Amino acid sequence: MFDNLSDKLDKALHVLKGHGQITEINVAETTKEVRRALLDADVNFKIAKEFTNRVKEKALGQDVLTTLQPGQLMVKIVKDELTQLMGGESEGINLSGNPSVILMSGLQGSGKTTFSGKLANFLKTKKSKKPLLVACDVYRPAAIDQLHVVGEQIGVPVYSDRENTDPVSIAQAGIAKAKAEGHNVVIIDTAGRLAVDEKMMAEISDIHKAIQPQETLFVVDSMTGQDAVNTAKAFNDILNFDGVILTKLDGDTRGGAAISIKSVVDKPIKFIGTGEKMEAIDIFYPSRMADRILGM
Amino acid sequence: AGKSKVDDDVLDNLEEVLVSSDVGVDTTLKIIKRIEARVARDKYIGTDELNSILREEIAGLLSETNDADFFELQISTDKKPYVIMVVGVNGVGKTTTIGKLAHRFKKQGLKVVLGAADTFRAAAIDQLQVWADRVEVPIVKQQMGSDPASVAFDTLSSAVKQDADVVIIDTAGRLHNKVNLMNELTKVKRVMQKVVDNTPHEVLLVLDGSTGQNAFEQAKQFTKTTEVTSLAITKLDGTAKGGVVIGISDQFKIPVKYIGVGEGIEDLQVFNKHEFVDSFFKI
Ligand SMILES: Nc1nc2c(ncn2[C@@H]2O[C@H](COP(=O)(O)OP(=O)(O)OP(=O)(O)O)[C@@H](O)[C@H]2O)c(=O)[nH]1
Ligand SMILES: Nc1nc2c(ncn2[C@@H]2O[C@H](COP(=O)(O)OP(=O)(O)OP(=O)(O)O)[C@@H](O)[C@H]2O)c(=O)[nH]1
Ligand SMILES: [K+]
Ligand SMILES: [Mg+2]
Ligand SMILES: [Mg+2]
Repeated sequence: MFDNLSDKLDKALHVLKGHGQITEINVAETTKEVRRALLDADVNFKIAKEFTNRVKEKALGQDVLTTLQPGQLMVKIVKDELTQLMGGESEGINLSGNPSVILMSGLQGSGKTTFSGKLANFLKTKKSKKPLLVACDVYRPAAIDQLHVVGEQIGVPVYSDRENTDPVSIAQAGIAKAKAEGHNVVIIDTAGRLAVDEKMMAEISDIHKAIQPQETLFVVDSMTGQDAVNTAKAFNDILNFDGVILTKLDGDTRGGAAISIKSVVDKPIKFIGTGEKMEAIDIFYPSRMADRILGM
Repeated sequence: AGKSKVDDDVLDNLEEVLVSSDVGVDTTLKIIKRIEARVARDKYIGTDELNSILREEIAGLLSETNDADFFELQISTDKKPYVIMVVGVNGVGKTTTIGKLAHRFKKQGLKVVLGAADTFRAAAIDQLQVWADRVEVPIVKQQMGSDPASVAFDTLSSAVKQDADVVIIDTAGRLHNKVNLMNELTKVKRVMQKVVDNTPHEVLLVLDGSTGQNAFEQAKQFTKTTEVTSLAITKLDGTAKGGVVIGISDQFKIPVKYIGVGEGIEDLQVFNKHEFVDSFFKI
């Protein structure tokens, strides 16, 4: 049902080339196709519109009209623009604290608990850190057990307190334990929550204020559709998070949500999740992501 | 009411609403074309009538497969136990939906057994156990890492022995592009048929309401491997609209049966297409 984006661009550019001479109307035709393809890739409606307007201006400004291969130039403009949009200086995780506290946040099922494990494993094996995982999801059935299983899989200890239903004090106790036992990184797993759930948003805000993490991460499912902007904005308004984690990129989603989120909160995408196993974590590369969204 | 005309502005606005609800460009254009055709036929259609026409048109896409009488899963008493296998990609809400469904069936006076055939994800079995305890229904399980087909086999055998009415099998989340994992589902099905003929009677595909156009691929691939018979859309208690199911229901002729509207045991509703469409126009 869906042609991929490069097919669509080719089609549109074919129309454009067919006219021999490129006019503003031809460019408009093409950007319409670009916009449509972005929407098929789940880029937010408004953001796709703004993006294509920018591309259109660039195309008209860059003498696309006089080049021999306007199609290629057009593709390049789109790709560069996308890459730039998702890029920015690629900062790693802030590990300046002692211990460095990392707080996870995000919607239900986005991959927070799994990513907590992956990040702990990454910091332990690649950065010689000594992490502690802290189980602050007191709601989801067996959430604490899940983190314990994950911790066991990677050989990283997990702090939990099954008698305590207050995530703020669990987080604080976890950090105290890390200090006492010489852990230099603390990763706090939290319950999934919807941005419209005021009580739960207040809760994560309270955790955030109480522990003042060096790094707050927003974990988002790469299959997310148009709602990505609302959610990212709502979490950012409350947490002013430091970075985004895109999960489940081992699927075949185009992942246009990456553009939407970056546009709306302007925070770097730091890591991606590429599988269920603990090793399935990778650095985010804007240009690879642009290719993916463009179906190239 | 004033008869302001359905003009391009109105249709542009409609396009924005539909695409922003994850309906997708193809299905949105299809809906808009139908409305344009009606506007051309009846020149006096005003914006005040647009909403009801829109409801009709979208309902039309959903209607063949969403007949009011068949909204809820019908547990046939001559198929005993009636076996439901629940499938979907990672984290969409399968296990939670199973807990809510079990509760619903139990309230209807049915005898329910759960099967913990997600033997892969960390603490997936414990999670289903918590739900079984909450609902107070029996669960059949093995150790983490055991063969899911063997768990399904045990569950059906046990259900037959207990004279249960309904069996619900939980499966591990799997991305639809992973061939081995998809084939595993075929094996689970095959093994269940050794205990009860023609099982599963129902394959429920769970879709996350916040998923965008990738849900199409999910529906396509799961339908191919497991002959999906019904859909549930979860997490509609947030701001995501789940509009992608309109095109899915239309293309694959699979009815939407339930929606998930929270994490609690009662947070499962029978799908209502009119309320569903109306939600696109609420903030
Ligand atoms: N294929 C794939 N699956 C993933 C990835 N990350 C997480 N998952 C799976 O997605 C599902 C949800 O992951 P969790 O880590 O439990 O998500 P969560 O955000 O902690 O969920 P809640 O605590 O319920 O909000 C599980 O089945 C994970 O195995 C990924 O990168 N790829
Ligand atoms: N707000 C909300 N959360 C839901 C709903 N349904 C499920 N969830 C939450 O989504 C998360 C994932 O749900 P699960 O039932 O574990 O999903 P799953 O598909 O079984 O996940 P895997 O087995 O890991 O693939 C949990 O935190 C659930 O509480 C819903 O309708 N609304
Ligand atoms: K939602
Ligand atoms: Mg979790
Ligand atoms: Mg599950």
